[in-house]
Amino acid sequence: MTDAKKSMAGHLPPRIERVNPLTFTLTFAVAAFIIWSLTTAGPSIDQLARGLPNIGNILSRMFPPDLERLDRILWSLFQTFQMAVAGCAIGLILSVPLGILAAEGLSPHPAIRTAARSLIAVFRTVPDLVWALIFVIAVGLGSPAGVLAIAIDVMGFAARFFAEAMEETDKGPREALSALGANKLGMIMSAVLPAASPAMIATSLYCLEKATRASVVLGLVGAGGIGVELKVAFDLFAYQTAATIILVILTLVITVEQTGGWLRRKII
Amino acid sequence: MNVDAFQKTAPGGAVTRAGTGAAVISVRGLSKQFGTGPIVMSGLDLDVQQGSKVAIIGANGTGKSTLIRMLVRLVEPGGGDIRLLDEDVRSLGSASLKRLRSRVGFVFQRHNLVTRLSALTNVVHGVQSRRSGPRTWTQLLAPQEVRAEALHCLERVGLADKAMARVDTLSGGQSQRVAVARMLMQRPELVIADEPDASLDPKSGEEVMATLAALASEQNATLIFVSHRMEHAIRFSERIIGLGGGRVALDKPSHMASEAELTRFFHHD
Repeated sequence: MTDAKKSMAGHLPPRIERVNPLTFTLTFAVAAFIIWSLTTAGPSIDQLARGLPNIGNILSRMFPPDLERLDRILWSLFQTFQMAVAGCAIGLILSVPLGILAAEGLSPHPAIRTAARSLIAVFRTVPDLVWALIFVIAVGLGSPAGVLAIAIDVMGFAARFFAEAMEETDKGPREALSALGANKLGMIMSAVLPAASPAMIATSLYCLEKATRASVVLGLVGAGGIGVELKVAFDLFAYQTAATIILVILTLVITVEQTGGWLRRKII
Repeated sequence: MNVDAFQKTAPGGAVTRAGTGAAVISVRGLSKQFGTGPIVMSGLDLDVQQGSKVAIIGANGTGKSTLIRMLVRLVEPGGGDIRLLDEDVRSLGSASLKRLRSRVGFVFQRHNLVTRLSALTNVVHGVQSRRSGPRTWTQLLAPQEVRAEALHCLERVGLADKAMARVDTLSGGQSQRVAVARMLMQRPELVIADEPDASLDPKSGEEVMATLAALASEQNATLIFVSHRMEHAIRFSERIIGLGGGRVALDKPSHMASEAELTRFFHHD
């Protein structure tokens, strides 16, 4: 080793920086929790080995799909989509005023803004299936409970995005309208909403996709839609009918997603 | 708009009528400091007569935009008194301030239009100075007389043929003229313009300034504008006020000012 190399070797930094004891303890605790969760809640190798042939068995019993009840299934699917559209429409309409109340610079008072943001957080945090359970108890079995559950779920998502879209609009037109003596509602309706509309429409289309996916599973808890048909088919071991239901659901979800994506690209 | 068309009304595009009425703007001891930053204005006094055309000049940071924004409290004054159109601006409540603002047309450096909407709808928005409700939000819902007046305002700035064009398809100069048309829709008694020619090419900037000056003359409205273009300050005003050191550092009739002199003022300030 040359003298220069010897001198540089003396200044080489350690491969690992000295770890803070708190960081080390936290990292160790998180790693330990992940391993514990995998061993207690995750499937064991034995269960996977036994389960995979069973999945194969169910899939083989699903084919060919039974098309005998196709007309009834398609009607049920149509009703499910109507449920998604109705829930989404109610949710989106209510999201506009809620988004305005939650938007900085547009809300009439900081306390109202905080309350609106908190309400949106509650709507967003509670899963749609839980809302469906609550509304099944409140309004009874069937699609009205599903529509209400979807509306609340949509509000939790859309109102937040609407508020952000409105906050991000150019402040110039607002200032111009304020300078000519316009009132706040006029300013919002004339300058803010038109400017935020592309982002709001894109969010609305995404909400419809989300609502369509949600509407097919809400039936599992009695909130109407094709989910009931799917649950009954599995309960009666009618796997070929279940396959038909799954395929039509897949077709609907893909169609809505593709159409929504195309419209979003056209608008933005 | 064709500048020549204005020149017929106001030969040479220059202002021909001096303001002779009572003071529409009276400022005493105006001061402003943004937070703990430098003092922008300290003890500024200013009077502007009814019907006059006043250009405000000064280097960057001398408080030109701050001054004209404080006149309608788009920026809150730090101290001093402002009387505008016989109103004590600083003592006005929210509703009274809105009423005062509705009498003052404000043209910004950027056009500040809603670019996704048509020129006509943007001009219809100007009626919100005296009306409210859904029928003022878009030309689609606006009453026939409001649509007709908005179209007439566009006609006055030479853009009637662009009424249904979206603003984002118009040039910078055309957009600024739509902003002027929106201001006309207000039927203002006083016009304040904050560098309306700043973001435009020389030809468009001149057209916009000629439009503003001619329209203000037609309506006998007072015009106070900020400009960095000395030739515009001289040509379109009858009085030039230069700001420096937080006060009025220059105040002279435009016909007695030369571009060279004003440029020297800029550099020495």
